[in-house]
Amino acid sequence: MMIEMADFIEESNALRFSGPLILARLGDIPERLHELHTTPAVIDLSHITRLDTVGAWVVHRLSQRSGATVIGTSAVATHLLAQVAAADRPVEMVPDRAHPLLHLLSEIGRSAATAIKTMVGLVGFLGDIILATYNILSTPARFRWPAVVQCFDDVGVKALAIVGLMSFMIGLVIAEQGSTQLAANGLEIYTINLIGRLSIRDLGILMTAIMVAGRSGSAFAAQIGTMKLTEEIDAMRTIGISPVEALVLPRVISCTLLMPLLGFYSSFLSIVAGGLFCWASLHIPPITFVERLREVVPITDLWVGLIKAPVFGLIVAMTGCFQGMLVESDAEQVGLKTTAAVVQAIFLVIVLDAFFDVFFTQVGWG
Amino acid sequence: MSEAPAPDPLAISVRGLRNAFGEQLVHDELDLDVRAGEILGVVGGSGTGKSVLMRSIIGLQQPTAGHVSIFGHSVIGRDDAEMADIRRNWGVMFQGGALFSTLTVAENVQVPLREYYPKLDPELLVQIAAYKVLMSGLPPDAGAKFPAELSGGMKKRAGLARALALDPTLLFLDEPTAGLDPIGAAAFDDLTLGLKRTLGLTVFLITHDLDSLYAICDRIAVLADRRVIGVGTIPELLALDHPWIQSYFNGPRGRAAQATLAQSIKREA
Repeated sequence: MMIEMADFIEESNALRFSGPLILARLGDIPERLHELHTTPAVIDLSHITRLDTVGAWVVHRLSQRSGATVIGTSAVATHLLAQVAAADRPVEMVPDRAHPLLHLLSEIGRSAATAIKTMVGLVGFLGDIILATYNILSTPARFRWPAVVQCFDDVGVKALAIVGLMSFMIGLVIAEQGSTQLAANGLEIYTINLIGRLSIRDLGILMTAIMVAGRSGSAFAAQIGTMKLTEEIDAMRTIGISPVEALVLPRVISCTLLMPLLGFYSSFLSIVAGGLFCWASLHIPPITFVERLREVVPITDLWVGLIKAPVFGLIVAMTGCFQGMLVESDAEQVGLKTTAAVVQAIFLVIVLDAFFDVFFTQVGWG
Repeated sequence: MSEAPAPDPLAISVRGLRNAFGEQLVHDELDLDVRAGEILGVVGGSGTGKSVLMRSIIGLQQPTAGHVSIFGHSVIGRDDAEMADIRRNWGVMFQGGALFSTLTVAENVQVPLREYYPKLDPELLVQIAAYKVLMSGLPPDAGAKFPAELSGGMKKRAGLARALALDPTLLFLDEPTAGLDPIGAAAFDDLTLGLKRTLGLTVFLITHDLDSLYAICDRIAVLADRRVIGVGTIPELLALDHPWIQSYFNGPRGRAAQATLAQSIKREA
C-alpha cells in the first residue's frame, strides 16, 4: 500500500496543498517551500485531508513570509492556524554561552575555588564530627548503637570476601614480581622481606582503604545525598535530631574502628598468598617462611600499619558523608558528589600515606 | 478532514488485564475502554494501581495476562520496530515531568522529533519546539532553561510540551495537577481542555483532583478491588451505589468541587 504523502502544486499565483498535511507525512515539503521561485498570493487548503499543528505551522510561516492569504480552511484548520499564530512569538532556545577562552578560564578558576572550599569545608566537617562526639560522650544514652552495628555489617562483614580476594591477589603479585627480579641475582630469599614488609606496613592498609572508599565511601555519599534530596535530613533537623549525630557519626565510628581490623586481615591474607607462592614456586617450606618473616619484619611495621588504618578509615567515611551532605536540588548531584567522595578519599589517603611513611622513617621506625 | 487516524472508535481497549508483583495482585480481570476524542479521568485510592495501569497500556510494564490494544493495534508482545510506529501516536507526561536533566527545555521537546524524524529540516525543528513551548503555557524565556531551574508547575508544562512534540492523537497524563497551586491547577485544566479541542486529542488522565474531574473529564473510570468498578459520567457513577464511589464524590471535598463547578457554570450563563 502506498503511503499518501502531503503535496502541493504551484498554480499561477496560488499554492494548492493536498493530502495529509501532518508531521509524519510532511516529507520534503519544508525544503521545497524554501526553493519556491514565486511568492504566492493565495494558499489553498481545501484539498488537504488532515492537518496537525506542524502542518498548520508550515502554512502559517509561509503566509507570514509571502503575505499570502489562506483560503479553503475548514473550521478545524482555522482554529489550528489561529492557535499556532498565537504561539508565534520569539522564544529563547539556547542558554547564553560565554567565549570559549573566557569559559576555560572561568572553569579553571571555579575548580580552584571549589577545591579550596572543599578542603575548608572538610576541616569544618571534622570539627562538626568532633563536636558531635563530645556531645555523645556527655550523654551516652543518645548514641545510636543499632546504626553502628548496621554499619559494621555493611562496611566490615560484607567487605570480607572482596577485600580478602583482593589482598590474596596482591600478595601473589608482590611475590611473583619480586622473586622474578631478585632471582636474577640469586637473592630469592629476600622475596620474604618484600612480602612481609610491604603487606604489613603499606599495601595491605592502603589497598583496603581504597577498597573501602569505593565500596562504603561512595555508598555513604549516595545514601546521605538521596536523604537530602527527599528532605529526610530537613525532617530530622525539625524534629531536633542532629544529622551529624544520627547519620555521620555511626558511619565514621564504624569505618574508623573497622579499618585496622580489615587492614590486618588484608595484610594477613596477602602474606598467606606470598607464603603459598614461595612454597610452590621457590620451594621455601612454610616453616622457613614464617621463621624468616619473624626475623626480617620488625614489630614497628605492624604499629605503623595499625596507626595509619583508623586515620584512613576516618578520612574515607568523612569525605563520603561530607560529599553526601553537599547534595542539593537534583538527582544528577548525587552522582557527581558520589564520584567526588571516592576520588577525594583515595587522593587524601595516598597523600597521607606518603606523609606517614616519611614521618615514621624519620622517627626511626623505618 | 478527520482528526482520528483510525477507523476504530476505541482509542484504548484493555481486556482481562492482570498484573501481579510476586504474591501481590494489583489488577485482575480488568477491562477498560477509552473512546477516541474523550478525556477519561482515572481515579482510585492510593495503591489501586492507576500508574501500573498506565504503564501497562504504554508498554513499560509487561502484564501477567490480558490484552491491550491502541487504535485497534495490539501492544502486547510486539517488537521494538513495530512499537515505534504505535508509539509515535501517543505522548506521555509523567508525574514529575521526567525531563532529561542535562538538556534544556527546548532540547527536551526536540528529542522525540529528532528520534522519529531525523531528516526534519533543522530550522523547522527549532520552530516546532518554540511554538510547543509557548502552547504549553511556558514563558518565552523558558526554552533555554535547564529543568533544575524550573518550578514544579513549569516542569509539568515542559513535560507536556515534550509529550505533545509529535502531535500525538493520544495523551497520557499522570497526575498533572498534583502539587500545583489551585490557580496553576485550574490553568493546567484549561490547557488540557483547550488542547483536546484544538488537536482532537484523546486524553487518559490519572488524577486525584476532584476539580479536574468535574471541570474537564468526559467520563471517569474508577479503580477499586483490582479492577474498574465503573466507567461513566459522575451522575452515572453515583447511580452505581458503590461505597467507595459514594464517599469519594459525596465527601466534603467532592461536594465542594461540585459547588465550584455549579458556580462557574452559572457565571458563564
